[in-house]
Formats: sequence, structure tokens, C-alpha cells
Amino acid sequence: MSQVQAESKPIVSRNQAVGWLRQMMLIRRFEERSAMLYQNQKIGGFCHLYSGQEPLAVGSIGVLREDDYVITAYRDHGHAIARGMDVKLGMAEMMGKVTGCSKGKGGSMHFFDAEKGFMGGHAIVGSHIPLAAGMAFASKYQGQDRVCICYFGDGAMNQGGLHETFNMASMWKLPVIYVVENNLISMGTQLERSSAVLDLTARGGAPYGMPGVLVDSHDIEAMAKVTLEAARRARAGEGPTFIEARTYRFRGHSMSDPMKYRTKDELEKAKKNDPIIAYQAILMDRGWIDEATLHRITDEVKQEIEEAITFAEESPETPFEALYEDITVAPYTPQE
Amino acid sequence: MAVIAYRDALNQAMTEEMDRDDRVFLMGEEVAEYNGAYKVSQGMFDRFGGRRVIDTPISEEGFAGIGIGAAMVGLRPIIEFMTFSFSLVAIDQIVNNAANMRFMSGGQFAVPIVFRGSSGMAGCLAATHSHRLEAWYAHIPGLTVVTPYSSADAKGLLKSAIRSDDPVIFIEHENLYGEKGEIPDGDHLVPIGKAEIKRPGEDVTLITYSRSVKTTLAAAEALAEQGISAEVIDLRTIRPLDLDTLITSTVKTHRVVVIEENWPYCGVGSSVADRIYQRVFDELDAPIGRVATLDAPIPYNRALEASMLPSVERIVAKVHEVMYR
Ligand SMILES: Cc1ncc(C[n+]2csc(CCOP(=O)(O)OP(=O)(O)O)c2C)c(N)n1
Repeated sequence: MSQVQAESKPIVSRNQAVGWLRQMMLIRRFEERSAMLYQNQKIGGFCHLYSGQEPLAVGSIGVLREDDYVITAYRDHGHAIARGMDVKLGMAEMMGKVTGCSKGKGGSMHFFDAEKGFMGGHAIVGSHIPLAAGMAFASKYQGQDRVCICYFGDGAMNQGGLHETFNMASMWKLPVIYVVENNLISMGTQLERSSAVLDLTARGGAPYGMPGVLVDSHDIEAMAKVTLEAARRARAGEGPTFIEARTYRFRGHSMSDPMKYRTKDELEKAKKNDPIIAYQAILMDRGWIDEATLHRITDEVKQEIEEAITFAEESPETPFEALYEDITVAPYTPQE
Repeated sequence: MAVIAYRDALNQAMTEEMDRDDRVFLMGEEVAEYNGAYKVSQGMFDRFGGRRVIDTPISEEGFAGIGIGAAMVGLRPIIEFMTFSFSLVAIDQIVNNAANMRFMSGGQFAVPIVFRGSSGMAGCLAATHSHRLEAWYAHIPGLTVVTPYSSADAKGLLKSAIRSDDPVIFIEHENLYGEKGEIPDGDHLVPIGKAEIKRPGEDVTLITYSRSVKTTLAAAEALAEQGISAEVIDLRTIRPLDLDTLITSTVKTHRVVVIEENWPYCGVGSSVADRIYQRVFDELDAPIGRVATLDAPIPYNRALEASMLPSVERIVAKVHEVMYR
């Protein structure tokens, strides 16, 4: 176990850093507008926002290759956008439109984008953890050096499938990076009420013979750094890495969660520590952006999201015929 | 008679049974401090404390099995699945351990446990979160499967389930939690394995359960306006099936339609139809009709999802079919 902190020398170029900032702002805006659309019932079902956790996905996916695999749970908008999914496709999916990234069939919890190597949002807690190892297995099997990065919440640490998979992934030295997004809460259950061992780095790494790495993911460049090392190990055939990324979610578990389990105080304090604002300040400090650039990016992001909303609203609903499409490769015969 | 919501009826059932029997406890995700994902256990943690109302990690296989083990040595657990969709992670425990234990131990061990929670196609929850698993569980010898529709049945059947010495799969419907209904005062028990005639009729028998009772009653109303008198039966228990009530009605009306929120293939309706065919084939004036959810995974898109469900229109059309109208 080792604690990683960003060093004074940044591991990103100026262009890359500004790109990351923009991506984080894009994710935040996407979700803020989604929340409003949810309130207006243009978006339905369960909707889990990533606000506060953006540097985690952006900093890690940002150092991977385009042909690597990315897979996550139901809190998936951030990872998809970090992976480069067109926000139009994401917004259309939120509204259940045929132009959505899953043709309006998956919704907020089930984003997919095969072209981008975005292997899905998965809504049964922990169920995608074996899939990630499977993708890594295929990469190794075919003599490729693609890696798979897999994100899940601290709550998923308690699913049996995770422990079965960690053992195999490590034993077989599969090129997979497991990232627990430890926001210290699963729905309304604080970590100390769900995990006998509070040190998740210790719980997920050493017992399975994997290195466990703790990182404060509010520091996007620290997140990038540990991911880069994990990817290097994976590509070199050294096997999986377990990363515990500390984070904080600003929103309720889902749109319907009144968040009675935390105080206004706690939340306000956390929001003062907004990682996006923090990174803006860092980039200003370095002289990599100025106020004018920041304004320009803010406007561009707003515009891009408004265009996505217009695109989604003007897109047709998923047609009724689509119900029997994409079920089997052969023409589907309903057993009715 | 008090008028209370389905979720509160369930709460009353658990609270009353926990008051009368210290062996009964409630365990599951977010049941205690959060007062339940759907607020079914509201106030129970305050009343009974952490010894008897127990929050678990997201470990369905583990806590389902812990419940079964505790039941084998004398406790009477109520295990809540936040939704039955998540019971799929625990199905080995339910099928291999809960259902088989009495039989494979030659009768030495009972498993008096209730697995309960919400279920159904509740609106835009998509393929992973919309499962209806009553047909899956009803397939298993050793399990009792209960699917209440009304507040009164939610309470009375849950109390009976908690008192049962066999494992009971108690499947609630997410869209019924807020529905209100009258509940008899006092220690209200409803026997497991008894269907109920919700509306008497002469021309056709409509057999259904859970949320679909509501749609079916609305269809019966529409049919009445067309001069068709439909008898509506709420199965209440899927296994064991109250075949006698179904046969009596079939012999009276000679026409049957089964309505369910399941997929049609190997659904509840196929087994109900089979039972009726075996017993009174000659009494039927038409093949038994079925209205089920269309045979596809459940989509996110709201209109598409709604189009799959048994609707008043689909039920009425199917009744016309079995009446050759
Ligand atoms: C197997 C299973 N059980 C329960 C749920 C309901 N559920 C969805 S998310 C969640 C909490 C997950 O918390 P965590 O893993 O910490 O991730 P976070 O929401 O914080 O991102 C629960 C209980 C589910 N989707 N799947």
C-alpha cells in the first residue's frame, strides 16, 4: 500500500490539462441539466449523478489508450463522457430516444458505446467486475496489450463476485485495473457500517496478491499517475492493480434520495472543496489558462450541452418495432 | 376498519409479528437507519433497535444464507431484498438451501423464513431492474410464493408468511406501495393458498394477481359496459395454487383468461392453464386466453415499456377472442 500525491512537476501537458478541465466541466453540466430534466420528467427511472467525482474518471481514462476498455457501474455518465462519448448520444439516451447510445433501451444506468471501448454502465452492484476480467483475459489470450479499467463503488466491495474475480484476475495476471470509487457511502450506508475492514486498499489488494494503491482522486493528476503505473504493469504482464480512489459525491445516491444521512454542513464544506474549481485554480496558477479562456470553455460547454438537449428532444422516440430488435442475432421469435 | 397504504400494511404486519415473537427479525439493505429504500420498514429501527432491524452490506447471497442458517436453528428471519431483481444474486441460497433443506435432511430441519421485497416493471427501470420472478420461484418444490395485491392481503398474508414454518417468497409490487385500502382491525390473518374473487361474474373468468388485479378490474368494468359479465379472481398465492376456486369459476363461466406481468413463455399463466385443462377440459367453450408482458427484455423508453404490459385494451380484446365476439 502506498499513498500517492501529485508532485510539483505535472504529468500532463498544458493541452491535455485544459482538455481534462473541459471534460470535467462538460460532465458537470451534463448532469446539472439532466437533474433539471429529471425534475420535468423528461428523464425517468433511476438516475445517479457523478457530481464531485469527475476527476476520478477523467484523470484515469485520460491516460489510457483509445483501444483500452472502460467499464463501470450505474453511475456511468462521467465515465462515458470521459471516454469521449458524444454528449448528444448520452442525452438522447437519458430521454429514451432511438438516437441514444443504447437506442433508448438502456437509460441512464445502461450507457454503452462499443466504438469508444466504453463497455457499459451496469446496474446490478458488482456484476460487471467479472466482465472486466473477461475483457482483460481476451486481451491477454489474443496477445494484445490492451487493458481494461473497471470502476465500482465501495458498496460493491461486499459482493461475492468481486472476491471470486479478484482471485482469478491476480492468479492469471490479467491486464485489468480495478478502481474502487470510495465516496465513503453506499446509498445511505456509511463505510463503517458496511465493511469490517475500513482500509479498502488493504482489503482489496494484498489479500489477492495485487498491489493496492490509495489515491485522493480530487487531485486529478495524482489519479492519472497511479493509473498510468497500473496500466504499465498490466501491459507488461505483471497483472492487475487495485486502486482505492477517495472521492465524494455531491448529490444524493439517486435523484430520489433525500440525503437525510448527512448534514448541510458536511455537504457545504465538501462543495467548497469542489475539484473542478480546484483544478481551475491550479491551471491558472501555472499560467495554463486565464479568465478569458475559462469563460470561453464555460460558454462552449454550455452550448454543447444545450445542443445535446435540443438534439435529444428533437429525436424520435424509440419505435415500437424496436422492442423485438437486438434480442438475438437471428430474427427474434417472441414466444407469445 | 382503517384505510392504509400497502407499504404501511406491510409495516404493520412485521411490527405486530415482531412484537409477539422475539425470534422474528428484519434484515436487508437500508432497512434500518434509512427506513427502507421504499420506506416499508419506516420507524422499525427506532422501535426495535439494531438487534432486530439490521442493515446489511450489498451482499445478497451472504445475508440470504445467513437468514437460512439462522432459521435452521430456530429464528424466524424476514429478509428484505431491496427489489427481487437483486435476489438473482442470491438464488443459489434460496433454491438449494431454503427450498431443499427440509427434504434433503429427511425432515430434520425447517427453514421458517420470509424473503420479501418489491418487484415488477415500475417505470423506466430497464432490463436489470424490472424483473418479475414469481414464475421462477414458483417452479421450485419447497417454496411458497405469495403476491399480494390489496393492503388487507399485504398485511394478512405477510403475517401468515412470518408464521409459516416453510420458506416463503413474498413478492410485493413497487407500484402498489402507495395504494390505499381497508384493513380489518385486530390480528388480521389471511391464509396462504387461498384465491379471492374480487368481482363476481357469469360470462368469463379473469385470473390474475398483484398489480395486474388493478388493470383487470378496470377491464371488467369496461366489459360490463359492453354487457359482458367478468369474474375477477386474485390468486394471491402462486404456489400452492388454489385450484378449487379456479375450477368452480371455470365450471360457471366456461371461459378463462389469465393475466400476468410476467413474460408469457413458462409464465404463471401457462401453469394455471395447464392445471385447468387437466381438470375440466370439457367445461371450456374456448381455449384459455393469456395476456402477459410482451416477450422481450424490458426497455428504458417509457412508452415502449408501457406497450408491453397487460392493458385494459389487451385484456378486453382477449376476452372478445375467447367469447368469439
Ligand atoms: C445486487 C444489487 N443490490 C442492490 C442494488 C441497489 N443499489 C444500487 S446502488 C446501491 C449502492 C451502491 O453503493 P456504492 O457501491 O458505494 O456505489 P456508489 O453508489 O456510491 O457509486 C444499491 C444498494 C443493486 N443495484 N444491485
